[in-house]
Amino acid sequence: MPRLEDRDPSLDDPENDVASWSRTKELQKILWNGGFAGIAFPSAYGGLGLTPEHQHAFNRESQGYEMPLRINVPTLAICAATVLDMGSEQQKRDRIGGALRGDELMVQFLSEPRGGSDLAGVTTRAERDGDVWILNGAKIWSSGAYAADYGLCLVRTDWSVPKHAGLTMFLVPVHTPGITIRRIRQVNGSTEFCEEFFDDVMLPADSVVGEVNGGWAVASRQLYWERTSMGGGSPYVSGWGRGIPAAAARSLAGLARSVGRLDDVAVRELIGESRANHLVQSALVRRVTIGLTTGALPGPSASMTRLMHAETDWRDSDIRVDIAGSAAVTGATGEVGELSLNRQAGSLGGGSTEMARNVISERVLGMPREFAADRDVPFKDVKQGRA
Amino acid sequence: MDFDLTPDQKLFRETTRKFLESEVSLEKVRELSTGPESFDRAWWARGAELGWTALLVPEDQGGGSVSDAGLLDLLIVAEEMGRLVSPGPLLPVNVVLSALVDAGGHDDSVGSLLAGEAVATWAVYEPGGGWAPSAPGVTATPDGDGWVLSGVKDRVESADQADLFLVTAAAPEGLTQFLVPRDAVTVEPTTSLDLVRRFGAVRLDDVTVPASAVVGTVGQAGESVARQQQVAGVLQAAETAGAVDRVLEFTIAWAFDRYSFGRPLASYQALKHRFADMKTWTEAIHGIVSDAGSAVQNRADDAAELVAAAGAYVGEKSTAIIQDCVQLHGGIGVTWEHDLHLYLRRATVNRALYGTPSDHRRALADIVISREAA
Ligand SMILES: Cc1cc2nc3c(=O)[nH]c(=O)nc-3n(C[C@H](O)[C@H](O)[C@H](O)COP(=O)(O)OP(=O)(O)OC[C@H]3O[C@@H](n4cnc5c(N)ncnc54)[C@H](O)[C@@H]3O)c2cc1C
Repeated sequence: MPRLEDRDPSLDDPENDVASWSRTKELQKILWNGGFAGIAFPSAYGGLGLTPEHQHAFNRESQGYEMPLRINVPTLAICAATVLDMGSEQQKRDRIGGALRGDELMVQFLSEPRGGSDLAGVTTRAERDGDVWILNGAKIWSSGAYAADYGLCLVRTDWSVPKHAGLTMFLVPVHTPGITIRRIRQVNGSTEFCEEFFDDVMLPADSVVGEVNGGWAVASRQLYWERTSMGGGSPYVSGWGRGIPAAAARSLAGLARSVGRLDDVAVRELIGESRANHLVQSALVRRVTIGLTTGALPGPSASMTRLMHAETDWRDSDIRVDIAGSAAVTGATGEVGELSLNRQAGSLGGGSTEMARNVISERVLGMPREFAADRDVPFKDVKQGRA
Repeated sequence: MDFDLTPDQKLFRETTRKFLESEVSLEKVRELSTGPESFDRAWWARGAELGWTALLVPEDQGGGSVSDAGLLDLLIVAEEMGRLVSPGPLLPVNVVLSALVDAGGHDDSVGSLLAGEAVATWAVYEPGGGWAPSAPGVTATPDGDGWVLSGVKDRVESADQADLFLVTAAAPEGLTQFLVPRDAVTVEPTTSLDLVRRFGAVRLDDVTVPASAVVGTVGQAGESVARQQQVAGVLQAAETAGAVDRVLEFTIAWAFDRYSFGRPLASYQALKHRFADMKTWTEAIHGIVSDAGSAVQNRADDAAELVAAAGAYVGEKSTAIIQDCVQLHGGIGVTWEHDLHLYLRRATVNRALYGTPSDHRRALADIVISREAA
């Protein structure tokens, strides 16, 4: 792999998304050709069929090299993992293989303009017409959709039953007639987010993942992998870090030095606090992983690592702003301030931290579920908005 | 508590828990708080029989552990003691034992500590000073074959009942530790926020000790003091983890039992979300304690860093969690009768002792910055 110091820094510019994605594919191809792609994926689908520990060892060694980090989430760690668990043989071979070879990227078409937290309340619909399905509706907040090839798309296929029972998951080719993609600009300038409109999109029957009207089971698996990868416990992530902007990856000590505050005791305490948080975060990931494999913790416990990840992230954002001081808003370290405007992204993407807290209190601690006005109600009778 | 304890460790935990539950209930803890002594020596000797003093001592010196990872076994005891705010000099005795065993010699003292006949403590703080165990003001001056020690140590745990004091002093050759007997020093009790953990100031008024009182090598105590800090730090964090675990457990039970407006507290999202945070932090506390424990057990390169991370995180979150549990109990939570304050006292003392969260953060920054410079 190319050395990290030779990496083209213009790829970090949020305006340079397209180049950054094609570089990701190039790097993944290098990994594939070198025989290191998909270390923990089964060999039948293009992986190496080795253990998470092998992947870990590789990740350790890969520090210092430019890695295709952006393919990890969601393509490999969420979408390919879900296809592996729930897809047909053909889908596993095509999609997992395509991703590992560096040919294809996948995205998640889950959230909708009417709401993301209430995921099972989606209103994008598919109707069967002979051999094909006809898709209509809209999705939103899908990261990287413009650069992607396939989307895991959750839609409603039966309106006469309560919400969880009428859903189906499809693998949708992103660049197909009837799909319009519009980019949405984020506060940090990135145009990573997309909105998709589906107008009579024709999908062959074999694009269903899992069972027709069994989409919630697929989505649940997908959410499991999302929580796991957001928390830092996925066996399918190759390389460390998230391909995040340079300002976030920059060392706090380096930042402190650049603003002349490295010897300030208050600043040193912030640097130490951040280091403690990161060590605690990885300790929690290790603990939850062991807890899940030994059965000592219930499955939804991965939400705890998801919550901790958000907490560590936003505390880092605040610490960076504190260290940089006024230089974060007008001066050499301005990117620190810019980045802080997007502080909540990590607490929303991958499901909000409020939903994670619901999961922990209700499904880990067994506390009473929140009142749901749509429980056991045929979906067509459920209120969709204030009007 | 680790999720992957061996069957032997699980059995050890059960035995420890049963013993503590039958011997030192929280009622007993309250009684001890007004008694002349914070623990009974005969009781401590029975704890020693259960292995509480043996775990850091090699088998050929009469010690031994359940899993061959003595420190990890000892963390089990610390955690169980935290769950019941138990009395007893677990931390000071074991820190001193680990120092003596690493240094070699002092066989008689090791033997009597092991048997629970003697109690030792770790004298590292000094009046008016912060947490700087390697920069003592107490001096050691050579005198014939022996040494003269002068100065004062304070915040010395279990000083009132200790027979032996591991004193860190500045000798002309550098940092040196001595094992000083009780009759050579004067102990003045000081106040303690904890109901059963007691502290004292220890005066060394030109105390003469023989050369055999030196622990390890004259002038070379730096590394062993660092090691003692790690053992103390992780033991204390494990004890706090046990306390937090227990408090969260009974506060969650309370949230299910207590009703307001016709429904249990556990059904209100505003409270459920706080419980979700507290559960996450509590698991994180256990996680960092066991990572730090393994590193100290294995004498890994990152042991000091992980212990500091545990000190910073556990100190801060434990008191935040327990105070929030007081809030969630409402008025009953701030009464003397309720057990919450016993736990809050223990956690507050642990947060302040052997390094505050700020001390640990500065230590972490030093590590991070020097690593980046390398
Ligand atoms: C960086 C980023 C990347 C993303 N990538 C993708 C992607 O690739 N694909 C995709 O499909 N989506 C993606 N999302 C969307 C994301 O999953 C949603 O933003 C998220 O699930 C929240 O949904 P919402 O935005 O509709 O907020 P809403 O559901 O409208 O929620 C608004 C607020 O109300 C709170 N809330 C809602 N319901 C409850 C409740 N029952 N109890 C308590 N609080 C509640 C929420 O937590 C939130 O704070 C991404 C989002 C971000 C920020």
